[in-house]
Amino acid sequence: MNYETIIGLEVHAELSTKTKAFCSCKNEFGGEVNTNCCPICMGYPGALPVLNKKVVEYAVRAGLALNCHISLFSKTDRKNYFYPDLPKAYQISQFDLPLCRDGRIKIEIDGQDKHIGITRIHIEEDAGKLLHGTESEDYSLVDFNRSGVPLIEIVSEPDLRSPLEARLYLEKLKGILEYLEISDCKMQEGSLRCDANISIRPVGQKSFGIKTEIKNMNSMKALQRALEYEEERHRRILSQGGTIIQETRRWDEAKGITVSMRTKEQADDYRNFPEPDLVPIVLDKEWIESIRKDLPELPDDKRKRFVKEFGIPEYDASILTLTKELSNFFEECAKGHKNPKAVSNWVMGEVLRIMKEEDIELKDLNIKPQSLGRLIDLVDEGVLSSTGAKQVFEEMYKTGEEPEVLVDRLGLKQISDEDAIAELVKKVVDENQKTVEDYKRGKTNALGYLVGQCMKASKGKANPQLINKMLRDLLS
Amino acid sequence: MDLFSLTLHEIRDMMRNGEISSKEVLDSVYGRIEAVEDKIEAYLTLTKDYAYEAAESIDKRRLKGEKLGDLAGIPMAVKDNISTKGIKTTCASKMLENYIPPFDAHVFEKLKEAGAILVGKTNLDEFAMGCSTETSAFKITKNPWDLERVPGGSSGGSAAAVAADEAYFAIGSDTGGSMRQPASLCGVIGFKPTYGAISRYGLVAFASSFDQIGTFAKDVEDCAIILNYLYGYDEKDTTSLPIEFGDFKEALNKDIKGMKIGLPKEYYDKGIDGEVKEMILDGVKVLERLGAHVEEISLPYAKYAVPVYYIISSSEASSNLARFDGVRYGYRAKEYKDLEELYVNSRSQGFGSEVKFRIMLGTYSLSSKCYDTHYNRALKVRRLIKQELEEAFVKYDILITPTYPTIASKIGEKSEDLVAMYMSDICTVTANIAGIPAMSIPCGFSKGLPVGMQIMSKAMGEADIIKAAHAFEKNTNYYKNKPTL
Amino acid sequence: MIEKKELLNIASLAKLKLSEEDEEKITKKFNLVLNYARMFDELDLENVEPLVNINNLSNVMREDEPMESYDRETLLANAPEKLYGCIKVSKIIE
Repeated sequence: MNYETIIGLEVHAELSTKTKAFCSCKNEFGGEVNTNCCPICMGYPGALPVLNKKVVEYAVRAGLALNCHISLFSKTDRKNYFYPDLPKAYQISQFDLPLCRDGRIKIEIDGQDKHIGITRIHIEEDAGKLLHGTESEDYSLVDFNRSGVPLIEIVSEPDLRSPLEARLYLEKLKGILEYLEISDCKMQEGSLRCDANISIRPVGQKSFGIKTEIKNMNSMKALQRALEYEEERHRRILSQGGTIIQETRRWDEAKGITVSMRTKEQADDYRNFPEPDLVPIVLDKEWIESIRKDLPELPDDKRKRFVKEFGIPEYDASILTLTKELSNFFEECAKGHKNPKAVSNWVMGEVLRIMKEEDIELKDLNIKPQSLGRLIDLVDEGVLSSTGAKQVFEEMYKTGEEPEVLVDRLGLKQISDEDAIAELVKKVVDENQKTVEDYKRGKTNALGYLVGQCMKASKGKANPQLINKMLRDLLS
Repeated sequence: MDLFSLTLHEIRDMMRNGEISSKEVLDSVYGRIEAVEDKIEAYLTLTKDYAYEAAESIDKRRLKGEKLGDLAGIPMAVKDNISTKGIKTTCASKMLENYIPPFDAHVFEKLKEAGAILVGKTNLDEFAMGCSTETSAFKITKNPWDLERVPGGSSGGSAAAVAADEAYFAIGSDTGGSMRQPASLCGVIGFKPTYGAISRYGLVAFASSFDQIGTFAKDVEDCAIILNYLYGYDEKDTTSLPIEFGDFKEALNKDIKGMKIGLPKEYYDKGIDGEVKEMILDGVKVLERLGAHVEEISLPYAKYAVPVYYIISSSEASSNLARFDGVRYGYRAKEYKDLEELYVNSRSQGFGSEVKFRIMLGTYSLSSKCYDTHYNRALKVRRLIKQELEEAFVKYDILITPTYPTIASKIGEKSEDLVAMYMSDICTVTANIAGIPAMSIPCGFSKGLPVGMQIMSKAMGEADIIKAAHAFEKNTNYYKNKPTL
Repeated sequence: MIEKKELLNIASLAKLKLSEEDEEKITKKFNLVLNYARMFDELDLENVEPLVNINNLSNVMREDEPMESYDRETLLANAPEKLYGCIKVSKIIE
């Protein structure tokens, strides 16, 4: 039987505000344990929360960028459950009146645009962190630095039809949040987290199948792999006549499988109710409009602009605009450059390669966009061969030196002086009369041999295009 | 004349005139505590060292000629569910037996700034849940008028301390009557402000949308003075009112001619002791003689107040008290084999029966099965009750009712009589449901025990209450009666 | 009337274990309040908005400005068990 896969994602993004959601402690990653804490975020008796205005602003920014309807009236609620990292034993969240509703994101799949619905975006607070010792240690430790850090939860409609679509959606969403500068969106550090609901149904069936929820996917790749695994698992069970158990499963990255998390003896009952310590959030339209006006250029608009402004292919533009950092790097480099397509090739090629190989962020790349622009100029001007340029690029990354300095130091400067090359060519032709005859008799590949001899004679520094041109002129 | 038996404003004047020092006043109060506390057991913690240090500093400042406010050098008591930095705040629960807050409640900070001196922390029903102070995990406070009787609750320790002259005033909290009811039973003034008038920051929450901090005072003038220091916006409490209330002393000594008083008949119904009812009506006659217009009115929704109160306050409490889980502070069971047992054992051993009941009732009311039928319906009825009162206050300046249907009961007597226990909330919970201010003022004695009259006004109408109460007090002087100890 | 099974379920949600004595007391009180609550049945509440925000305030928020956090020792002073600057709890298997 043919099955159709249905996926919906719940994405949590930590907001990069200066302070936590309900107290004035710093919102910082990686501080010494329990040092960014106070009675409010540690849930001391009598302490009361006060909402950080920036949290609302950031959430509205996200809502507008994701084409949501912004609620003029919303409120906070308490979600009650016990866990050692949840100091008040309830999480302040939004239940029935979220800040933003009914949005959408456009993704491209097989060259087609597809809109993925966004059910809601709401604000809530993060929990602390549990630290687990070695297996022999019979305890866990709790650090509350993260407790109270603001989050937005972005819930998609079950509009995704494959693990790849899910990944494209998350990549797109991550890009938008980064462009908005409201979240660091680092999956490894947990500032962007994603849970997925997946089910399958026979093609043509209207109702949904039984779903499972997958947690603990810490990278884009993990998301796709986990969903592919789970999709297959559902298919196998159903085709063998079995039934799916509705449960939460955890992705085990090392083993490449999902495993059932301990099912609790009773269903969760979070007893959501309006948070009596906080008052409703009432937004005015003008304020929302002022935020809309200040929204930065988003990936889709930037992509269109890159195509128009730099004349680069649609494909290049879509890769270059995936993250804000990369798009800015490209733009700085390409602006005023004679050869934007070459810049695009370099950024998509060497720059991304080195980032991946060295596992670094763009900001850790030791190369200024202007320097890369000049490196490309050197190639275009024939001062540097493309192989030589790659060598220079590598060295720029290592030392941070400018390309001109490195070309000299590494002795990679090409000979582009026509007189010098003419002399070289004449000498090679004189010394290789037999090959010249072969060429004249129509053996075209003989020319390649002659070029090679010229390069050898110049110790690789002569400009091969120039040699080629002069050889042809001389022998014709 | 014993210093401890004077009122706050009398002592203030003597200190200002240089007749006595703050240290002497404190000596007198601690002397009184020494003499009667064994019988009363109002306090859970005495803060003698701290108090003498504070008194000394006040005396020094006064000697230097500094002009000091009304509360400077005045010994006070604070209910033990209000956070005091570095001083145990137990909520009369085993759960917090050794808990020392790392911060001050906003009110305590203000009182310290004003120079009031903390004598000690007072007993209460565990986590302020109860109306007799008998659910305290540590001691049973006695009514100063009859040591075999309860002082009321939950702020029983605070009320008893003031009634027994163990402090000039005492701070308490009121969620469903926890200030007014013990004030009534102990023969002192108890005042619950408009919701949001006094910051709740640092008050260990019972039911966030009902809780208000208030004061016990020996007379109306003292009450007005104290409220002046407690009221005010606090940015740490989002529900705090950003409003200036003005000087409550201006409401003293005012003519009440033409004041409109409503007597909601539902509060004079069966279940109210005959003699108590008589006394309230006598009190109302005093005000009528002074020129007030009195009319009987009807508040049909009043009868729903008790279930509304129980369901909403317990729901909020179930969530507010979930943080007591044995993890970061408070009681942790000695024995547990895993996290689940750590939670269950710590909470089951740390909380008393009444607290468990409220947590259970709240958990039930909020559960997905009961949310609509219980919690949400109670919220709706809460609106009806509030609206009905708002309408009444369009016509009337104040409403007068009994504070409590009876005089104080014998210790151990009522705790098993469930119906009576819950009937007891009927007069007081309405003010918390609607967020309006209310005062209990002594209005006579039945069988030698004090009876309190409750005066309510619209939200932010405290001046009307003080005006009426002061006029009443000047023409009756019940507050001058003292228990013999 | 609340049934025993339901009572135990609620207790487990609230992380409480009830003694027999507590159970009996609590059941009595429960039923009393639930009885009172039945009075709501006689009211038409269909068009009544639940009342949550008692004093009609809205939009009380603070600026995003950091303040000094508390000293760790002070915050952990009340902890029943601590280790390496953290709160210590039973081992949790996730």
